[in-house]
Amino acid sequence: MGLRRQIRVGSQWMYADEAHKALREALRVMDDEAKSGAHGGHQLPWIRRYVFSTDHKWIGIQYGFTALCFLMLGFCLMILMRLQLGWPGQAFSVMKLLGAARAPGGVLLPEAYNQLGAMHGTIMIFLGIVPLAVGAFGNYLVPLQIGAPDMAFPKLNMASYWCYVPGGLIMLASFLAPGGTAQSGWTSYPPLSVIASQGQTWWLIGMVFLITSSLLGSVNFIVTIVQLRAKGLSYMRFPFFVHAQFVTSFLLLLAFPPLEAAAVLQLMDRVAGTSFFLPSGLVVSGQALTNAGGGNPLLWQHLFWFLAHPEVYVLILPAMGIVAEIIANGTRKPLWGYKSMVFATVFLGFMSFVVWAHHMFLTGMGTTISAFFQTTTMIISIPSVIILSSLFISLWGGSIRFTTPMLFALAFLPMFGIGGLTGLPLGLAAADIHLHDTYYVIGHFHYVVAPGTIFAMFAGIYYWFPKATGRKLNEFWGRIHFWVSFVCINGIFFPMFAQGLAGVSRRLYDGGMQYAHAKQIAAQTNPFMSICAIGLLVAQVPFICNFFYNAIAAAFGHRDEGLGSNPWGATTMEWAATTSPPLAHGNFEVLPVVYRGPYEYSVPGSEADFIPQHEPTAALPAPQGGGLLPAKAVAMREN
Amino acid sequence: MDAHAAGGHAELEIPYTVHPRPDTGVYNGKLGIWLFLASEVMLFGALFSSLILLRTGADSWPRGDLKLNVPLATFNTFILILSSVTVVMAWSHLRLGNLKKGRIYISVTILCALIFLVNKAFEYGHEFHEHNFPKTSNFFAIYFTMTGLHGLHIIGGVIVFLYFLGPGAKMWAHDAERYTNRIEIVGLYWHFVDLVWIFLFPVLYLM
Repeated sequence: MGLRRQIRVGSQWMYADEAHKALREALRVMDDEAKSGAHGGHQLPWIRRYVFSTDHKWIGIQYGFTALCFLMLGFCLMILMRLQLGWPGQAFSVMKLLGAARAPGGVLLPEAYNQLGAMHGTIMIFLGIVPLAVGAFGNYLVPLQIGAPDMAFPKLNMASYWCYVPGGLIMLASFLAPGGTAQSGWTSYPPLSVIASQGQTWWLIGMVFLITSSLLGSVNFIVTIVQLRAKGLSYMRFPFFVHAQFVTSFLLLLAFPPLEAAAVLQLMDRVAGTSFFLPSGLVVSGQALTNAGGGNPLLWQHLFWFLAHPEVYVLILPAMGIVAEIIANGTRKPLWGYKSMVFATVFLGFMSFVVWAHHMFLTGMGTTISAFFQTTTMIISIPSVIILSSLFISLWGGSIRFTTPMLFALAFLPMFGIGGLTGLPLGLAAADIHLHDTYYVIGHFHYVVAPGTIFAMFAGIYYWFPKATGRKLNEFWGRIHFWVSFVCINGIFFPMFAQGLAGVSRRLYDGGMQYAHAKQIAAQTNPFMSICAIGLLVAQVPFICNFFYNAIAAAFGHRDEGLGSNPWGATTMEWAATTSPPLAHGNFEVLPVVYRGPYEYSVPGSEADFIPQHEPTAALPAPQGGGLLPAKAVAMREN
Repeated sequence: MDAHAAGGHAELEIPYTVHPRPDTGVYNGKLGIWLFLASEVMLFGALFSSLILLRTGADSWPRGDLKLNVPLATFNTFILILSSVTVVMAWSHLRLGNLKKGRIYISVTILCALIFLVNKAFEYGHEFHEHNFPKTSNFFAIYFTMTGLHGLHIIGGVIVFLYFLGPGAKMWAHDAERYTNRIEIVGLYWHFVDLVWIFLFPVLYLM
């Protein structure tokens, strides 16, 4: 027998029988892997992967898609209202969609306008922005950013989404209730809401589902962040987005239950005939109510605003987190004042629980209480200003990359600035006497939430879309989307300040045309604002096409070749430590270990202009002549 | 992990589901239940605040001891406190590795909860018989709302205990520590529900 020949397999030389064995083993493993899904995990049935999934990434996508649909719906309701406000009493064929009971002949009835108004607020806040900011971005990103394999309680996470969906469906179904849906505003003030038609009961039941959903979600977020953060990821190494979500979760956890209590009490008032919110001797349409009375309508307002003021920070904090991530990345600089931003966020969270009654200056609760809440309100503006100033200063000296996400993030700064500063006069009890319940309030709030939070959400979608799909959204159409939206959204909301200062009240179905003092400015501004609203609707078309074209292409497995896992050159772990899109279960091949802070961009002396958080620290150069003693240098390095 | 390791990518498991994380000192479920209880404090806190606001704003407010059955409620208070003790006994026996005794004490806890609920049903029935309904006055409105919500919490606890007594106990065979942790978690919840009653009893019945 001569020499046995060896064959080369990869970089190895082996005998043919060994190679044959290895080949059989390789085939067996490949077969196993094919059976059990690409990445080791056992293959789940379709319904467990796409409907009742426990994977935080898929739940995040579910939340995001559902929330975007609700945002569009809430926006369409507003378009109908703006048509009515711009051209009161005119017939529009699109109104006929609401049915003859709400818009006979295409002319919107006042009570239908109230329904649209109440549901616009409810849908936008509870079904649109919070689920998008917390449910979608939080779910998708927090475990990835802290190096966790999933959320701490994946089943609760699934349950959270599946409480949100029925809550939303009940809200939608309430449009079909006899007498229409809720019509007492998103605030549902009694006694109006207690004597309103059946839709209000549906609203309350829907709210209970949504509150349960956010409770499950917030417990999950806090436990995930505290328990599952990667080795070496101390609190001050969190990306700012994680801090924002952390504080947001505490707000949701502690602020929502009082609304749940309030909803239960109002439900009792409506269903069991109690009088928690009905005062004695109430006369409705000439009829004295037979209730026992003795209740207090202000009790609802206290309970409601105890939720709803922290809720405002639930809307804005995740947005700030997203903007901070994108600004650090787009300027290739660390965030300026990261620590002050973190402490400001925590302080903001605490303070948001003691400002609620500044919504109630005009209820006659007394000047002492007003003075207290006015003071706390002035104090709470400080942390917001710290965060915003830090973000502005972060731009200083940066080589800014004007990508679409960066454009939206940059626009957030002045827009939120306008929204925040216009809030100060509302927080002062004296100024509020004039401004309360006028369009000024609407302008203030919408500047915070629409060109503020929603722009930040858009920034986040453009920024993290490659993370979830492996494809980038089209930049050209992204810019079109940004610029048209930016112009139109200011066209809608800026005139509201002028209207409000002129004394135009909110919630008027003709925009104020019936009042002498409001008539002129309403006629001057409302049609323009309505045209801008339609412009804003049109501006979303390129976004929707861009989004779905790329999402569907990604679903069919078309990735952008050459995009890589980290297209923006980011330092945080969701980009740097895993692939785009991440592994289906477990996110990481091995759990990353964190060695450095979140924003090590443009570090002097490093080759790339960013150093990922999980990249080990290089050994310090040995001290030479006159420097530290070696032992001391080692001790420093280990600290 | 080892079984997967040969196949390339390992499916990572969620850490600290059973053993505490060294730097926080708790396992995930325990932190979770404390947070949940924090939100429950806010829920009942809002209701107690409402009670205070309604009562201080009312022209007249009935004395609870004249309207409600104090001896029965006192008995119920002792029953609930007893059930808090038995749930701790159940947990400590499970910690010592004695499933049989643990299950007996869980059963006693469930029995206490059921006795509480039956007494409560008699109380409600008596009030309805006297034509005292939630709509009668704000006193009865808040009484029925708060004790009703508390009763729902008791029922929720009973369902969870029944699950751990029956199908949930299968976990003991392969992961006794995790099963014990679960009893600890539901025990914490149970203490909270008792604590709510300990506030409800004087506020509604005695004041």
